[in-house]
This record gives sequence, C-alpha cells and structure tokens, in this order.
Amino acid sequence: MTQRVAPLFRMWAVFLKETVQMRRDRLTFAIMFGMPIIQLILFGYAINLNPKHLPAALLVEEQTPIVRTLVQSLESSDYYDFVLQTADPMESSDLLARGEVTFVVSFPAGFTRELVRGERPQILIEADASDPAAASGAVSQAQQVLERALRHDIKGPLAQFGRAPPAFELVVHQKYNPEAKTSYNIVPGLLGVILTMTLVMITSIAMTREVEQGTMENLLAMPARPAEVMLGKILPYVAVGAGQTALILIAARVLFDVPFAGAFWILLLGVSVFVIANLSLGFTFSTIAGSQMQAMQLTFFYFLPSMLLSGFMFPFRGMPAWAQTLGEVLPLTHFLRIVRGVMLKDASLAQLQSPLLALCAFTLVVMTVAMVRYRRTLD
Amino acid sequence: MSQELAIDVRGLVKRFGSKTAVDGVDIQMPRGEVWGFLGPNGSGKTTTIRMICGLLRASEGEGQCLGYDIRSEADRIKSKTGYMTQKFSFWSDMTIRENIEFVARLYRLPHTRKVVDETLDKLGLTHRQHQLAGALSGGWKQRMALAAVTMHDPQLLLLDEPTAGVDPQARREFWDEIHELSLQGMTVLVSTHYMDEAERCDRIVYLANGHKIVEGTVSDVIDRSGLVTFRGEGPDVRHLAKQLKGQPGLDHVAYFGAALHVSGEDREKIRSVLDAHSGHDVAWQEVRPSLEDAFIALMAEAGEDTREHA
Ligand SMILES: Nc1ncnc2c1ncn2[C@@H]1O[C@H](COP(=O)(O)OP(=O)(O)OP(=O)(O)O)[C@@H](O)[C@H]1O
Ligand SMILES: [Mg+2]
Repeated sequence: MTQRVAPLFRMWAVFLKETVQMRRDRLTFAIMFGMPIIQLILFGYAINLNPKHLPAALLVEEQTPIVRTLVQSLESSDYYDFVLQTADPMESSDLLARGEVTFVVSFPAGFTRELVRGERPQILIEADASDPAAASGAVSQAQQVLERALRHDIKGPLAQFGRAPPAFELVVHQKYNPEAKTSYNIVPGLLGVILTMTLVMITSIAMTREVEQGTMENLLAMPARPAEVMLGKILPYVAVGAGQTALILIAARVLFDVPFAGAFWILLLGVSVFVIANLSLGFTFSTIAGSQMQAMQLTFFYFLPSMLLSGFMFPFRGMPAWAQTLGEVLPLTHFLRIVRGVMLKDASLAQLQSPLLALCAFTLVVMTVAMVRYRRTLD
Repeated sequence: MSQELAIDVRGLVKRFGSKTAVDGVDIQMPRGEVWGFLGPNGSGKTTTIRMICGLLRASEGEGQCLGYDIRSEADRIKSKTGYMTQKFSFWSDMTIRENIEFVARLYRLPHTRKVVDETLDKLGLTHRQHQLAGALSGGWKQRMALAAVTMHDPQLLLLDEPTAGVDPQARREFWDEIHELSLQGMTVLVSTHYMDEAERCDRIVYLANGHKIVEGTVSDVIDRSGLVTFRGEGPDVRHLAKQLKGQPGLDHVAYFGAALHVSGEDREKIRSVLDAHSGHDVAWQEVRPSLEDAFIALMAEAGEDTREHA
C-alpha cells in the first residue's frame, strides 16, 4: 500500500518545493502573469486591422462650400483625421515623407468651377503605401464616401452633381510602394525586429552569467569600472549587429527586391544608434535580472510589445492613442521610421531627425539606469 | 601610523539579513608579514577578507587597507591588492593564456605580451597555455590563480584557502612562493585550515562564530590556550582511548598517528585519570600541546554558534 503511493508523495514533495521556489522568484512570477495580461490587452484592443482615424493633411487651394462638404464627409467617415490644412504642396508632401500623416488629400484650384461645369475635376489622394495595410481601408472607402456626400448633402440647384456618373474623378497615388507589396514594408522592418531580439538577448546575460559562474567576485576584485565593463561587453556585439544588418539588406535586395531609395549613410547612422540602444538595454536587463533565466524572460517580455506596438506588425497610425504613446517609447518604432524612411521614401537626414534623437535619448536613459544598477560589491 | 600597517580595521561587523557573519573583528597587520587566518567553517574568514578589499560593504566598523579607506576608496585598494578567491573564479570558458591576458590588461600592465609569456613560463604552463582554464586540475587552477593575482605586483595579497585540494608537494611549492613574494615586500594574509601552514606564518588570527578569539604567534596561541597535553604510546592506546573519552579533567582525547594525545587544563587531574587506567601497556609523557590541540580547545571554548540564523 505505502509502496504504491510513494510516487505520489514524492511528486507532492516536488510540487511543494517548486511552489516555494516559484514564489521566491518574484520576477519570473510577475512575468508569468504579466505576459498573458499584456498579450490580451495588445491583441484585444491595440491591434486594428482596419485602421481608422489615420492622420491626413488637406491640401486645398480654394475654400468653397462644396469643398468643405466633401472634406467634412471624409472626416465623418472616421477614416481620415485632418491634422493640417495647407495650401503649400511642399509642406504636405514633407509631412507624408516623415510619416506624420498617412494621406494628403488635395483639391486643386478651380475644383468647384469645374464641378459645376460638369468637367469631372480630380480629387487627389496621395497615400503612404510604404505600409499598405494602413492605407488600403481608407482609400477604398473614399470613392463611396465622396459620392454619397455629393448625393445627400448637396441640395438645391447643385443636387444634380450627386448623380451618377460621379461628377469628379478620384485619383489615388500609392506613394513609395506603388504596387502595395507588403514585403517592402515587412523586410526593412524585419531588420529592426531581428536586431532587437538578438542583441537585447545576448547582452541581457552579460552580468548574470558572471554572477552564475562565480566569476563576478573576481571581476569585482579587479579594478574595472562599471562603465568600462558595460562598454566592453557591448561593443563586440556592435560588430555582430553590423553583420546581421549586411545579411538582411542583401536578402532584402536579392530575395525580395526591396528598393533602396535613399542614402546609405543615413541608414548606417540609424542602424548604429539603434544597435547601441538595444545592446545597452540588454545590459541594463542583466543588471536587473538575478539569473540568466530571468534575463531571457525580461528580453522576451520586452520583445512582445516591440513587435506589436512599433508599427512592425500593424500600422502605427492606426493604433489607439495610448498604444501609440507606448510605442513611442520603444526604439523599434523609431528605427522603423528611419529604415522605411530611407529605403522606401528617400527621406533626408532632417526628416529623420526626430527618430534619431529619440534613439539617442533612449540609449542615454538606459545606460544611466545600468550604471545606477551595476553592482560594485557582492552584497 | 597607518602607513606602517597594511591592514588596519576596527570593529568590522557584517550582517546578512538578521544573521551576523562577522561580529566586531579588529586586525592590525604590519606591512611585510605573512599572517594566517584560521577558524572553523562559517566563522567569517571569507567575509572579513571581502570587507577588507572592498568587495562587501561593512555593516559597521571602519578602517584602512594600504592606507585607503575601506568604505570610500575601494577602487584604489583593488588596484594595489591581489585577492585570490576561495572558489576558483577565473573564466572556465577561456584559455589559460586568455585569462592571464585579461588580468594583465585590466591592470594595464605594460608590455602585455611579454608579461604574459613570463608569467606562463614561471608557472610552467607555457605548453598548456591554449587549454581551457576550466580543464585544469584543482591544484593547477590554484597555481594559475596565484600567478594571475600577483602579476600586477600588489602590495597586499589576500589568499582565501589557496591550498585547499592541493597535493603536499604542490602545497610546499605554493608556500615557498608565498615566502618568496613576502621577501619581495608583499604583505600576505592567508586563510587556511591546515596546521602546518599556520605554523609557517608570522602570526595567526583565529576566528570563531564571527569573533576574533586569539591573535599571536604560534607559541602565543598555544600558551594562550592554557592546555596541558600528555602523549601516550604503546600497543594498547586504541583500547584506552574509548575509556578515556569523557573522563573528568580530560577535555580532548585524540589520535596523533599511532599515539594518543589527551589534553586538559589541570595537570593533576589528568595525571590522576591516567594513573587510574595504568593497567594498560601505554607509556605516558607530557608534551608541548600542538597547534591543533590548541585550536580544538579554542573551538570548544568558543562554544556553539550563537549567531542568529536567518
Ligand atoms: N552572501 C551571504 N549571504 C548570507 N550569508 C552569508 C553570505 N556570505 C556568507 N554568509 C554567512 O556568513 C557566515 C560566514 O561565512 P564565511 O564564508 O565568511 O565563512 P568562512 O570562515 O570563510 O568559512 P569557510 O572556512 O567554510 O570558507 C556563514 O555562516 C555564511 O553562511
Ligand atoms: Mg571561506
């Protein structure tokens, strides 16, 4: 009888031991519960495959009741949020290149007059198709929305313009990625994702490994300063990051035919800052985690929002405001703006100034945390 | 005055949570000497050494090491001290040469290549320099560690059980090396559990339960223990040992090879016990207590570990 239940007792003993150990390991515990919660929130609320309220710029060269009505109708369709109205085409196309707006809607001068004469004037929608998913929903709705506006909202003598065939011609320019190939969007993004995953992971075990292998005592007994240790541990991986970058860029060209529109040196600058940002973050994790296992978990914990909130998987501008705010904190978000900007949009250094500065600021903050957290003694 | 002292610490206390590992230790150690640091397992030797070289922050107490404050000038202490850890703490996944090179570079020794070559040569590891350090045997690991921590010519050497697991021949060579380094002017504090090693030291500090129990030369320590020891030899000692253990007046009964040592504080009491068991074929003779007798007595005197356990 006792023989038969012995395995149960041993299992119970192990179960209790594991329970105790699990409760001791606060960080792992937190991650085990935090992860599903965050996943639920992100998948459930943040991700929007039919993004609405996308920022748009309005380029109008005349102000008439009909133009206002049409603009109003686009706005109330919930797809377009006009953040700026201008008469300067330079200004609006610059915004598009920076990625601050997803669309520029233009009504040319003389639109109203031509409409009245039945000359079918053009309405131009320039869409940032570097992320095809973001633009498609809004673009496909535009025709219908505008037609309906002419039909219902315009009464009186002008009501005839609402009848078919439409009294205007909608022209859509899919800019930066005219064929709307998702690979153009995904592959440069993948560069950022791969660098994030591997580099953060590798440096996240930098210090924890020393602690676990018992070499920390030796390291601390020798005159190595925290900043020296940090940089010494980070720098070898900058070379690794460079190698990964080369590999992915070659694959982008050879396998996916992704164009490279911009200046290579700007991308190089962006990649360098981004690589250092990730390595410093990993190092900081290694000063926080108590073991290599915890370091890995922290990395994974960080990786998830990076994938989901950076604009890699889902259009950044299509996410709710709070998710965008969170996304702004992630280096990957800024790197995606740089890499897509350079490769697909031929963005200039000035246009990429803010994501570059954001990456630098992130690196500084993270390194400061690492220095504060670095153990100078064994206790 | 502290310039004369390599180590000058007072009232060192180290608490880990509610447990006090070291409780008010004073050490005033002059430069150029070789001191032994003794005490049973868990008595606080490693913890004290770590506080001296700035690896652990003392909970209480203060002092200097090589004239630098142990709390605020740890970086300076580290650059002039060689600390050999109790557990091998070099990088097992690097070769012997890479380890030595790493240390040489961290201390920014000029002519790294030459210094490393010389060190390996002196160690006798030149032909194995490309082996992983983790693949060395225990004794060789210790020798490599000693070479690595002395490479930057430190003023003070802190060696934490450097000869644990080292064979007698290598142990002797190890100590020859220590005395050689001491002749060159290094101050050496060595923790050990070996009596013969303790006897090679200028002075001994004995720790028990986190307190310093005695400090002095070997004969000081033996005198301080107040022991009287009789040595018995003869065919019957084994039978006698059982009967003698626990007799009033005999604090310790222990074998020393084929002989039996009985020690206590009162010579007359021991004599009367031995007389009462005179039927056996054992010849008794009073001898000077050994260091080991003294330590066993000291350990018994220090009593149970009264420190609170967390
Ligand atoms: N980091 C720590 N956290 C908690 N307790 C510790 C820590 N380090 C040491 N101790 C405790 O402090 C006491 C003294 O330990 P220490 O390692 O200094 O002893 P020791 O004299 O070096 O022993 P040994 O001869 O076995 O090496 C022990 O009871 C040990 O359990
Ligand atoms: Mg120890």
